[in-house]
Amino acid sequence: MSEPILQVRDLRVEYATPAGPAQAVGGVSFDLAKGEFLAIVGESGCGKSTLLFAVAQLLTYPGRLAGGEVLFDGVDFTTLKPEELRLHRWRDISVVMQSAMNALNPTLTIGAQLTDACKAHTEWSDEKIAQRSAEVLAMVAIDAVHLKSYPFQLSGGMRQRAMIAMALLLEPKLVIMDEPTSALDVVAQRSLMHQVETLRHQLGFAVIFVTHDMSVVSHYSDRLAVMYAGEIVELGPTRQVFDRPEHPYSQGLMEAFPSLLGESKQLTGIAGNPPSLVDPPEGCLFAPRCAYANDECRSVRPELIAYGNHQVRCHLVARTRKNDA
Amino acid sequence: MPDAILRVQDLTRLFRVGGFRTRGQLHAIDEVSFEVASGEIVALVGESGSGKSTIARVLAGLYPATSGSFVFEGKAMGRREVRASRGDMPMVFQDPFGSINPVLRVGHALLRSLKLHRPDIKRADRFAEAVALVEKVGLTPGEEVLRRYPHELSGGQRQRLGFAQALASRPSLILADEPVSMLDVSIRIGLLNVMKELRDNEGVSILYITHDLASARYVADRMIVLYAGRIAEEGLTTEVIGSPQHPYTRLLMSSAPDPHLAPTAFEGDDLGEPPKVINPGPGCRFAPRCPLAMDQCVVTTPPMVALSATHHAACYAVKP
Repeated sequence: MSEPILQVRDLRVEYATPAGPAQAVGGVSFDLAKGEFLAIVGESGCGKSTLLFAVAQLLTYPGRLAGGEVLFDGVDFTTLKPEELRLHRWRDISVVMQSAMNALNPTLTIGAQLTDACKAHTEWSDEKIAQRSAEVLAMVAIDAVHLKSYPFQLSGGMRQRAMIAMALLLEPKLVIMDEPTSALDVVAQRSLMHQVETLRHQLGFAVIFVTHDMSVVSHYSDRLAVMYAGEIVELGPTRQVFDRPEHPYSQGLMEAFPSLLGESKQLTGIAGNPPSLVDPPEGCLFAPRCAYANDECRSVRPELIAYGNHQVRCHLVARTRKNDA
Repeated sequence: MPDAILRVQDLTRLFRVGGFRTRGQLHAIDEVSFEVASGEIVALVGESGSGKSTIARVLAGLYPATSGSFVFEGKAMGRREVRASRGDMPMVFQDPFGSINPVLRVGHALLRSLKLHRPDIKRADRFAEAVALVEKVGLTPGEEVLRRYPHELSGGQRQRLGFAQALASRPSLILADEPVSMLDVSIRIGLLNVMKELRDNEGVSILYITHDLASARYVADRMIVLYAGRIAEEGLTTEVIGSPQHPYTRLLMSSAPDPHLAPTAFEGDDLGEPPKVINPGPGCRFAPRCPLAMDQCVVTTPPMVALSATHHAACYAVKP
């Protein structure tokens, strides 16, 4: 792996609730290489979007950073003042939000919104802004006439592509995407993923892509992180995690969605519900739902252990791996 | 099909849209005909705007059809019949958080349905019947579940409850409009299994409306693929998935990512732009996106071509 552009170290986020702080992200660490595509998958409430917000320093009350570092090119974002962070936003890191319909301003044209972003972060002339706006729209296959269109005049797929164009305005080194495809139909979804992939190879930015639907990223991401109850439980090369998932939760997830063309068989899913984040269980957070859990799992919280380029947070895997070695 | 419990004939529903000068007709569904036999799960598959939910809503009587008709359990269903027979064709909605009254206990709505739709059950026996119902959809222990409030149930449990409520009137057909799309992946499959169990154990038919081909393949006996308000292809699930004939079905199949398999090459440059359904012109609605489109396609609407006794596709490029 080439030198990391982003290093996240033991990141913790808490939400204030009437019942006490809920630990939404509990000690997440990972590195992201230049130009790498990292997918983060997990179910609702696992902390995947909160993690993105913490990385981009966008948390608002009741969310609170409870510890950890976010090193971008060696600079710790968690220690920067808002005006210092502003110099990095859009130029270094940009964010594509889940719902383009809510993220775009319905009363302004697409062109006006692109101009807005340029004016806030650059000293560009009006001509330069107009030229660059047309350029980024062309990258996502939207005709420049739509600079004068309002969001409601675009289809869902076009809106989402316009969001991506906006994120690429200042050629950031990292684009953070929070479920950009979840409101799209399959055909538009594939087209969008394909475009992101093409642009990434062309422009060399890194991507962190959060989704609940791992089939979306299965053919695109370099590495895949599986989150459960605020922790990364498995992280490895995407194909490896799909083909040989090691954590019982990842295994359950892979067995939970039917195949379109592969073997058709009876599936079971994962019984039970995620644990309370205000009062989490003592041992492994997945133990109450895990078919293989033993006394150790129920009393000692496992660590994320690296086996080559694959990391797994599970006592069972640790033991089996040790015996095999 | 001799034992069809639902027979839909040329069902059309138009919506008036636009203002004074831009007035138009939105063709939500256009001359749709199909049948549902007893004890089968039929999947209505299509993208957003294909008219799949409109079909369910017309069948449930939430709005009237513009033209066309349907026959349910041998009865022609006019407006009055639909009103009188609410509960015969109950509906399970997409949003498990918006479809249950949050201030009443879980048991309330269920007992209410039983009171209204099952006069044969005595008041004293209703609770026991309600317990049996929730246990049929895998909510155990039933007595305790009935005493809870909706907020105490997870999304998956609420959606199971939705099926229990639908079941209360002992329907022969349940309309399920995207019942799993708001649930987490690990919970979805449990609900799909509930649908299969209801079909196998209770003999109930389900019209399963979804945008997800893979889940349709998992539960459905037959599939109907909709595009822009018209049926593009229909057939047994094995036929439609095994040998899709309509170019739109093929596009859908190749677009759906399947992590269980190696990636397919990205062919074509279809951006997934939605079709024009407001004042559509003549001809096939898929023609502007279709790689096989011929002159004829933009002139007249292609008729259904029979590929087997059960497999049909509406396309000029398809040869029987």
